[in-house]
Amino acid sequence: MTALLDIRDLHLSMHSFEGAAKVLSGVSLSVEKRQIWGLVGETGCGKSLTGLSVSRLVRTPPAEYTGGQILMDGTDVLGLSEPQMRALRGRRVGMIFQDPTTNLNPAFRIGTQLIDVALAAAKHDPAILGLEPGAGRRARKAAARKLAIAMLTEVGIPAAESRLDDYPHQFSGGMRQRVLIAMALIGRPGLLIADEPTTALDVSVQAQILTLLKQMVATHDMGVVLITHNLGVVAQTCTHVAVMYAGTIVEKGPIEAVLADPAHPYTQALLRAIPDRSVKRGQLQGLAGAVPNLIHPPPGCRFAPRCALARPSCLEGPPPVHTRAPGHAVACPVVEEVQHA
Amino acid sequence: MLRFILRRILLILPVLIGMTIIMFVIARVLPGDPVGLAAGPNATRAEIEALAREFGLDQPLWVQYWTYLSGLVQGDFGTSLFSRRPVATDLAAYLPATLELVFSALLLAIVVGIPAGLMAAVWRNKWPDYLSNILSVAAISMPRFFLGLLLQLCFAMWLMWLPLGGRFPIIFDPPPGVTGFYTIDSILAGDWESFWTAMRYLALPAIAMSLSPLATILRMMRASTIEVMHQDYVTTARALGLSPRLIVFKYVLRNAISASLTVIGLYFGWLLGGTVLVETVFDWPGIGLYATSAIVSQDFMPVVSVALVIGVLFVTANIVIDVLYGLINPKVRYQ
Repeated sequence: MTALLDIRDLHLSMHSFEGAAKVLSGVSLSVEKRQIWGLVGETGCGKSLTGLSVSRLVRTPPAEYTGGQILMDGTDVLGLSEPQMRALRGRRVGMIFQDPTTNLNPAFRIGTQLIDVALAAAKHDPAILGLEPGAGRRARKAAARKLAIAMLTEVGIPAAESRLDDYPHQFSGGMRQRVLIAMALIGRPGLLIADEPTTALDVSVQAQILTLLKQMVATHDMGVVLITHNLGVVAQTCTHVAVMYAGTIVEKGPIEAVLADPAHPYTQALLRAIPDRSVKRGQLQGLAGAVPNLIHPPPGCRFAPRCALARPSCLEGPPPVHTRAPGHAVACPVVEEVQHA
Repeated sequence: MLRFILRRILLILPVLIGMTIIMFVIARVLPGDPVGLAAGPNATRAEIEALAREFGLDQPLWVQYWTYLSGLVQGDFGTSLFSRRPVATDLAAYLPATLELVFSALLLAIVVGIPAGLMAAVWRNKWPDYLSNILSVAAISMPRFFLGLLLQLCFAMWLMWLPLGGRFPIIFDPPPGVTGFYTIDSILAGDWESFWTAMRYLALPAIAMSLSPLATILRMMRASTIEVMHQDYVTTARALGLSPRLIVFKYVLRNAISASLTVIGLYFGWLLGGTVLVETVFDWPGIGLYATSAIVSQDFMPVVSVALVIGVLFVTANIVIDVLYGLINPKVRYQ
């Protein structure tokens, strides 16, 4: 069975005045139906770029794909033309972003925005509207409107029909994010990329939105890539997790496996940095050092300069990936040696 | 919304009254002898005094002003010293010509400027953008009357495609007056020949007046379009598969246009005031030409009235723009 999304050894460079920054270096990730992958890492590690790459929304130039593939249902999206790509966006892969106040167009009713997305998706798959092919404009519009109402109801907007004619500023932040989820899912995509969907919301609304996402995965049989820097969100929502550091995935696997048995020194450091009730003031462990310069990245393991376990061999070449348990992969040979010794 | 408009109208009343006072006083304290000019070189002292009495100019200034203001409320703009015609009659004859010119110029500027600015932003840093950049800087830098002269030289003298000046050939009757706009009147009358003639006369002065606002609207539109294209909601629209055409012409356009709207409102006033020069160059029988001849003969009633009319139109235009803001941007509330 081919995966919904299969990113294979993706390399991406960003050209700037100072040189080419290697922002993604060999990212591999495979997402299947009903899986929710948490993609975690600190700011600038490349998690958002990975998400945007799936929909090919990264501007080239300044960016340049220097290697790898992004397979969606077996097709490499990096080889598609812009019109072919447009047929996939919203239809095969939906996206939601961080700030619900800026991602809805303030000058248009939400109904208009939802209907346009539905009509665009129906151009490539008329079945979405439940009409015979060749239905008239009027009929398509009416069907799209009906679908928009159904979708809004599904994401939990009360009195959806009457709210269709409201403008975004008439909704609260959480409601706006629900509208954006409805918009992302109205084309019935199999894959959803959610880039920090709860970061701009307050905690109680966060929980509601995450619950909604889980429901949507169950009812629509989707796969999700949830990009976040919040391990709490991952633990609460995801079935799998991939930890990114400086453009590489250092550890990935089923959520229970990774959280119970974090293997990579960076994952361990991340988990240690989460405040906990038992930790006394001043005892929280941060991570010394800074993210490496990606224009001249360290040879070998990118985490080595900050790693307590690092040894000279770590700086020689890219760390080989070990399978620690079924599905649980770690890009660090040293941990294995230390633990087996 | 209605309350908002009413309030705006009430607020401009003091502005207009202040304007009449300033205009009235300035026109009368200026050095010169308008009555003597109007009476002619051979008039006797007694004749001049009689004329001054006839027009009430022997009264104290505040009495004159009160007479003027109470006439104004009833639609009486006073009487021209020279032609002895009521100024209101003259305005009714000349104002439509000016408005036709100003509206055509503005329409041309909007119809060309907004799409061109949008295109310049879409093809940013490619040749259409550079070309529009060069042309708009040239258009903004060129004085209108000089541009008018160049157009006359090129299209009327050398190529002989268009008439040199005027509004309609003297030997023909203009279309029956309904709106006073010859182009619209000839359409209403179904007279296509007159329409074509009116358009030919309108073309050069309208182009001369439109280039500067056109260039400004274009640059404004380009800048705001570029800004809007970087907004998150444009990324979302792209991410969900909307076509670039729909995104630019529907979703970006409406957000980008409001900055240009301000410019359009300001340019309406600028064009009204600026008709004086262009109407003189093109011999266009509008209020600009009317005011110029009145100024030369120190005939102050027409001058004050023209200034007042321009003021009223300018303020009205800005109220219209404010209302349009609300239609485009639902977040604008009228309070």
